[in-house]
Amino acid sequence: MAIQTRKPDTYKLRVRLNSMATHLFMFVFLAYFLIPLLWLMISSTKTNDGLFSSFGFWFSKDFNFFQNLKDLFAYDNGNFALWMRNTAIYALIASLGSSLISTLAGYAFAQYRFPGRNLLFGIVLASIFVPATVFAVPLFLMMSKSGLSNTLLAVILPSLVNPFGVYLMRIYAEQAVSQDLIDAARVDGAGEFRIFATIAFRLLAPGYVTVLLFAFVGAWNNYFLPLLLLSRSDLFVLTVGLAYWNSLASQPGVAHVLYILVITGSVVAIVPVMFVFLFLQGFWQGGLSLGSVKA
Amino acid sequence: MSVANDPGKILPTQPPWQRTLYKATPYFFLLPFLIGYIAFSIYPLLYSFNLSLYRKQIIGGITFIGLENYGKVFQDANFWEGIRNVLIFGAVQIPVMLGLALIFALVLDSEIIRRPSIFRLGYFLPFAVPSVVAALMWGYFYGQSFGPIAQVAVALKLKPPVFLTANGIIPAMANISTWQYAGYNMLIIYAALKSIPAELYDAARVDGANDLQIAWYVRIPLVWPAIALTILFSINGTLQLFNEPNVLTVVAPSVVNLHFTPNIYLYNLAFRNGEFNYSAAVAFTLALVSGIIASLVLYATNRRER
Repeated sequence: MAIQTRKPDTYKLRVRLNSMATHLFMFVFLAYFLIPLLWLMISSTKTNDGLFSSFGFWFSKDFNFFQNLKDLFAYDNGNFALWMRNTAIYALIASLGSSLISTLAGYAFAQYRFPGRNLLFGIVLASIFVPATVFAVPLFLMMSKSGLSNTLLAVILPSLVNPFGVYLMRIYAEQAVSQDLIDAARVDGAGEFRIFATIAFRLLAPGYVTVLLFAFVGAWNNYFLPLLLLSRSDLFVLTVGLAYWNSLASQPGVAHVLYILVITGSVVAIVPVMFVFLFLQGFWQGGLSLGSVKA
Repeated sequence: MSVANDPGKILPTQPPWQRTLYKATPYFFLLPFLIGYIAFSIYPLLYSFNLSLYRKQIIGGITFIGLENYGKVFQDANFWEGIRNVLIFGAVQIPVMLGLALIFALVLDSEIIRRPSIFRLGYFLPFAVPSVVAALMWGYFYGQSFGPIAQVAVALKLKPPVFLTANGIIPAMANISTWQYAGYNMLIIYAALKSIPAELYDAARVDGANDLQIAWYVRIPLVWPAIALTILFSINGTLQLFNEPNVLTVVAPSVVNLHFTPNIYLYNLAFRNGEFNYSAAVAFTLALVSGIIASLVLYATNRRER
């Protein structure tokens, strides 16, 4: 009896210690992931002088966030507002379009048996792992030749092709679209396109939203392609513009005041994406399991 | 009724034009993707490969030189220095990041932690930050003028650490990438863990396995496909490292040189020097190296798994 009563006690203690150590571990990393963002937010409330003279993890005497916002949109003939607009147009069209195109293609791969199906899908799969770099130089030259460079179309068009989206939508369509339902609709005489538009697309909607979400964030945060294809400063997207201002700010004696604008601009650039993720948690958390099913 | 039992077949009573139309349906669905794919993937690839076979000189114009550019890439010290840099970066950063991601996913899935959704969201949040902004932010963070790390060091009467040096730059960038993508990889693995039926754990527990053994022998092997996917994506991303060094070169131009990573090198070749032909060959060689490394790593890790 003595052994039996003592054993659970030490076990309980051990379990509690384990749990405390695990919590500590997880909290340390929560701090690691959030503290830099906290610093960015706090810094955006300071004046440029306050940035240099006050402690990074606390507010300086004057709260200057709204003045910084005003300065941000006024600086450089109000280019920042243009960058936001360009980024929004690019991210919205690229993500809406590429997810729709991926959904159509993924549905075709899942629903039909046709000559060339496996070969085509194999090529699509392989191209997921072709480094995007390979497309950089030819896209730049193609866009220059066709007169599309320095238009938003130059970055939108290549972004409409999303092989990983096709792959995800095929897997999703195989699980979500019930074959019986489609066959029943066929027997009732519905055409293939009507079946897709009225039945299948509704079943595919959660997958569509997930692919849309990641395509949106991918486009909003993209830097390499816009950097190559857009060279006029009024056509920049946020990432290219902020990196440009940062390079100006770092030049000795040129525009030191830009640091606070880059920091405030960074906060403004992050906020929309964070809201999207916060409000659509159900989608991205559930949707990510798509990729793991048959990977 | 035969339709329901034989999905995808058409009724024999349908007229022939309808059959032809039916057979063409999948291609209609694929059409938008295929047009885009040919225009913006296949065509650029062919175009670029063709470019890589020529040399353009101010005197002498454009000459066909076959695979000579590729021979030049193989002997190009700048290219291989960049490859060496990203390999050193990846050899440390990928195992650390994916190891952390796996531990986070296992902990969050095991219900040891109260309120796991806070951690899930908090860890994932840096993924929403554009990598340019992440690099800018960490660049300031590391900095001497208003960086908080230097401020803390000064307050403690210590010498402020200098991060962006020849030896420090790779760990400094590895930290940025880990900060940004650990949570994303955690989610991929976590989603796979969620799909394992709980009965499997119960069975292992009845057999006397403890939590660590269950993690090692049951959970990790079952989510291996998801882990392999994160490995592939990480290798691909590492070999193409561009945004972080391109932003940090502003604050540390002497450390991040014009060929610091293969992608930086390629960018400077094409857009600083206008050497489009040679940079196309560099791009294809990079893709080849990337493919070889990814296959080797997958082969090695898969064998260990079995």
